[in-house]
Amino acid sequence: MTTLTKPTNDALLELAVRAENRSAPGPGWLRALRDEALDRFRELGLPSTRHEDWRFTSLKPVQELDFSAPPAGAPMLPADQLDRFGFAGLDAPRAVFIDGRFSPAHSNLAALPSAVRGLTLEDALAADEETVRAHLDALPKTDPGDAFTALNTAMLDEAMVILIDDGAIIDQPLHILHLTTATQPVATHPRLLVVAGRSSEATIIEDYVGAGDGTYLTNAVSEVFVGVDAAVTHYMIERESPRAFNISTLHVRQERDSRFESHSVLIGGALVRNNVNPVLVGENCHSLLNGLYVGRNGQHLDNFMRVEHDAPHCDSRQYYRGILADQAHGVFSGRIVVARGAQKTDAVQSNESLLLSDDARANGKPQLEIYADDVKCTHGATTGQLDEDAVFYLRSRGLSAEAARGMLIYSFALESLQRMGVAPVRDVLTDALLRRMPFTESLRPYLGSDGGSLPEDIAAGSEE
Amino acid sequence: MSEVVLEIRNLHASIEDEPILRGVDLTINAGEVHSIMGPNGSGKSTLAQILAGREEYEITEGEILYHGRDLLEMEPEERAGEGLFLAFQYPVEIPGVKTMQFLKASVNALRTYRGEEELDAVQLMNLFREKARQVKLNEDLLRRNVNEGFSGGEKKRAEIFQMALLDPAMCVLDETDSGLDIDALKIVAEGVNAMRAGKRSFLVITHYQRLLNYIVPDVVHVLVDGRVARSGGKELAVELEDQGYALFGEESAPAAAGAASA
Repeated sequence: MTTLTKPTNDALLELAVRAENRSAPGPGWLRALRDEALDRFRELGLPSTRHEDWRFTSLKPVQELDFSAPPAGAPMLPADQLDRFGFAGLDAPRAVFIDGRFSPAHSNLAALPSAVRGLTLEDALAADEETVRAHLDALPKTDPGDAFTALNTAMLDEAMVILIDDGAIIDQPLHILHLTTATQPVATHPRLLVVAGRSSEATIIEDYVGAGDGTYLTNAVSEVFVGVDAAVTHYMIERESPRAFNISTLHVRQERDSRFESHSVLIGGALVRNNVNPVLVGENCHSLLNGLYVGRNGQHLDNFMRVEHDAPHCDSRQYYRGILADQAHGVFSGRIVVARGAQKTDAVQSNESLLLSDDARANGKPQLEIYADDVKCTHGATTGQLDEDAVFYLRSRGLSAEAARGMLIYSFALESLQRMGVAPVRDVLTDALLRRMPFTESLRPYLGSDGGSLPEDIAAGSEE
Repeated sequence: MSEVVLEIRNLHASIEDEPILRGVDLTINAGEVHSIMGPNGSGKSTLAQILAGREEYEITEGEILYHGRDLLEMEPEERAGEGLFLAFQYPVEIPGVKTMQFLKASVNALRTYRGEEELDAVQLMNLFREKARQVKLNEDLLRRNVNEGFSGGEKKRAEIFQMALLDPAMCVLDETDSGLDIDALKIVAEGVNAMRAGKRSFLVITHYQRLLNYIVPDVVHVLVDGRVARSGGKELAVELEDQGYALFGEESAPAAAGAASA
């Protein structure tokens, strides 16, 4: 290799070293975990664009920032300040983190049914240290976000742990809200561990929001263990401040007969990297990776998928759509790895980008690594602009140019939105989309209660 | 005097500096059905697209008056608001947009333009039902994406359905008959005939005479090489069918230009 100095961020490293010296509480194995992670981060530094998996995303703006620790002490915020980040019609149990700190006052984890425990790391260690130890940071680190995962683990403190009993069917989604209020550049490292027992079902919504327009870094790592015959649906909603950096990494391990859905929606932030890495270790797993990224101005939204098929008879679906206006830049990389024994794998990957300006850009990179000989893997990518023939057709029927364009943009997003089963979340996201994109505002009067509905067969994403 | 709806005067149009229309004159009065026939490449579809407001064409000379107003100054949606409707030769497929959703938007946009109150969901459904019955359109098509996966006949019938739904004053049909079998053709013709009433005018562009057996025009124009080479009654269509457009091969000289409807 080279002897070039690796890019890093001294302030982030310094903060991690300080966290280590503070010798945060916890059992010895946890301290060792942090120490090892710190060493790993020190060695890895931040990935540069020389790294194949970061070719399209430069972390220079992150490198150059002088990060500080989030303000100490209990976060102060009037409860109604949080209302605007709720989902109307969704009466969900909520865990709120403000500037990286868990806020019991804003959370209502007690509302969770008894078959699921939502705990801070400290409480989880007290309740079931063995389960935590068996799963925390236990997923393979083949992901290129590794440096960020290492940094996150080095900073491991107030993690959220969700333990779901065998057979528990949790109807209400759990909403985990991460709010950053700081105005100086802080770095937070949200951590989530979900262990879903055999035949359980649950929906988790991770939601990253900024209270203002501050510059800050959210470096989130989530680990989700989907037990035998279990079904977990995960939402990652990124609506950070327009100057924020968000690196989110989702590691998933799926046991036999399990179903997992990942829905990622990127609408905020200046630079966002969304890593999703499910590993299908048991037979007959189904994995859906559904994503929508909507960028404007100079936003950079990067999605990095890595789906690992380690067992036979599994299927995976990646459907990602990007809408890019102004000078926005969207990236989608999708890697499908099929291990030698993973026969009868059925993997589909599709990435479509809609460019709304001449300056918007989209990059895509499908990668197939197939070591089995009886598999079906397909991938497709398209990049295009609005179909002006369609615009003209709609206008010839009386729609204004704006409404016509809005309708086409909206319909492009709709396929992604319709795969999301939690209606209140879908509604809020649709609304956010309508408010953000050019043209779509004029469409609002036409969107009745059934205006957004698609036939079920399309909504389910079950085509082919 | 009958009321003039559409008046095309000496229209010259080109695309990418290639002249296509070379002086078209045409006048359509309220309640009349005119037909434009002509060989491929004569400019029929160009004329239809220009009437609907397609911007790719450059108008180099002449004008179009619609109810006395300068049509070329109007946006496509404004023309629709003023009652002009084009049934497309190639209806556009729009993935992701449901036909119903699009037509709800369309009906209410036009109503708003005309200063009428918008229809609510129930009223719209009733209207859709009525018009679908009128033009024998399978309502299931309305639940599908706009024209997506429609057969050729379904696409054309859906255009006629839209025409019935939007209640235009001036209907332009651009080769709506092309590619249709006789049964589908009859359904399209019945749809048009059912709408022939009062002041509503039609401009039926076709390549084949057979459509005019079912939609009997008041006036037939023959467009050759970007000009109206001849105009006449419905018997002109029959003559064309017998003798073909070659008849006009020599006749498309300036002498024939300027022929207008009666």
